[in-house]
Amino acid sequence: MRRFIIATLFFVALLGAWQAMVLSGRWSPVLLPSPAAVGEYLWTALWDGTLIEAIEVTMRRLLVGYAIGIALGLPLGLLSSRFTFFEDTVGVLALGLQTLPSVCWIPLALLWFGQSEGAMLFVVVMGSAWSVAIATDTGARTIPPVFARAARTMGSEGFHQWTRVILPASLPYLISGMKQGWAFAWRSLMAAEIFVTILTGFGLGQLLHYGRELNAMEQVIAIMVVIVAIGLLADKALFAPWERFLHRRWGTGGTAAT
Amino acid sequence: MFETDAPRTDPAPDPDIDTCLAEMHPADMPETDIVEEGGEGDLVVDAVSKRFRTGRTDVHALDNVSLHVRPGEFVCLVGPSGCGKSTLLDIIAGLTRPDQGEVRADELVVAGPHRHRLVMFQEAALFPWLNTLGNVMFGLKLVRGLTRQQRVEIARSHLRLVGLEKFARANLHELSGGMRQRVALARALAPDPRVLLMDEPFSALDAMTREQLYLDLQRIREQRRKTIVLVTHNVREAVCLADRVILMSSPPGRIRDEFTISLPQPRDINTAEVASYASRITTALRNYADSDLAP
Ligand SMILES: Nc1ncnc2c1ncn2[C@@H]1O[C@H](COP(=O)(O)OP(=O)(O)O)[C@@H](O)[C@H]1O
Ligand SMILES: [Mg+2]
Repeated sequence: MRRFIIATLFFVALLGAWQAMVLSGRWSPVLLPSPAAVGEYLWTALWDGTLIEAIEVTMRRLLVGYAIGIALGLPLGLLSSRFTFFEDTVGVLALGLQTLPSVCWIPLALLWFGQSEGAMLFVVVMGSAWSVAIATDTGARTIPPVFARAARTMGSEGFHQWTRVILPASLPYLISGMKQGWAFAWRSLMAAEIFVTILTGFGLGQLLHYGRELNAMEQVIAIMVVIVAIGLLADKALFAPWERFLHRRWGTGGTAAT
Repeated sequence: MFETDAPRTDPAPDPDIDTCLAEMHPADMPETDIVEEGGEGDLVVDAVSKRFRTGRTDVHALDNVSLHVRPGEFVCLVGPSGCGKSTLLDIIAGLTRPDQGEVRADELVVAGPHRHRLVMFQEAALFPWLNTLGNVMFGLKLVRGLTRQQRVEIARSHLRLVGLEKFARANLHELSGGMRQRVALARALAPDPRVLLMDEPFSALDAMTREQLYLDLQRIREQRRKTIVLVTHNVREAVCLADRVILMSSPPGRIRDEFTISLPQPRDINTAEVASYASRITTALRNYADSDLAP
């Protein structure tokens, strides 16, 4: 409770400082809109449907891209953790491509897919798949071999062993990999939406982009606030339950292997 | 896919559980058993040799080792570290293949792991993503022909057998080292193997906990007659538990001698009889080490 009060006070103070800067009149309202103006934009955008629609479009792209990223990254990571062939090929590729900032995929995506949903999706998938693959690989490698041996004596082989032993044993790494993948997917989608202007859907990034074009600073700031809020919410909704599970079972932050 | 729904109301683990387990009843022996025909846990190790070659190193871990363990017999393998005890146990379990020779379990040549030969490992081989009951259930879920309810019942009766029925829903990190080894014992016993293989299961525990576990293991053995092969480098532990102690020496790992321990069971490790057997065995082991060092 005490911490909650402190946090609230902090943000109230932040808003107050912002308001004070606006009131001082040193900056043009075009560059520094008041908190009230930002709130007003949010309110109207919420009720005329622009904001809801943009959030829907963005979340759809994000979730589809992220799901594909996991569907690719997870098996690739498992394969490269077990077979030297995949380690030396896909594993090295993943390691290299993971270091590539996801914005760098945009020119290629535009050339290959044009101004389309496909380009968006491609950027998100490339942004997330590799880090998921690397985290899975690390996780599966770090499992104490005694887990697999114990499982074998009890009759767990092949598919059963992958799904009931290797995957859950690497869960601490998987969760942190998925989290990282999510963060990368989110960043790359925002970059893509700002750069790729397509008519099949107006996402948050595009609202941000047009806010700039129209010199509507309150729109720019409002959308940034929404993006931050979604990032925080998604983290809580998607990962907090898993992290609580890790904490309960492993009894630590979830990083210890035993 | 994973059980995420464990209740928050786990009973608070009692740190002293290991010392207050005396209140267990012999009648707690599991009644639901996996009934199966044939086999009683006869184990023949026939002229087994094993080398590990990795890069420049070439370790001759086992050299022509033969051993017969009779059904229901409790055999302890003792010897210095690195003499191939774990390797021999792995070969019996079917986790490692011998270079030469073979192991026969109830007349059948061992070609891989089997539920009839379960292993209790030295390190914590329990699965942290499962709770206590989930760990004991793991092997049971791989036994065909049981209903879910039967499995839960068998698992619970084995937790009762090791005195942990109150901790069925506890997470492993909430248990003490001794309690965790009890869970491991319950997990290995639940699928009703014919042979129980134990690789230094007590070496990481403190003396008090260990001595309580010796008593428990002897009681459990009395109730569930299994063939047991236990590896240890603790000679007194071996004398306390075994019908027969096998002495190994290295390198290369060989069986040098064996002692039949004709003391009444259950035994207390702190008796003069146990100590006297142990000192004879220790002397013998020391002699092998000395003669191996002398060219
Ligand atoms: N997988 C392996 N690869 C290479 N060497 C091994 C392997 N397993 C065991 N060894 C070697 O074989 C010898 C016997 O090991 P082990 O059976 O673990 O001995 P103990 O259990 O009696 O201490 C040791 O020298 C050990 O280093
Ligand atoms: Mg060993």
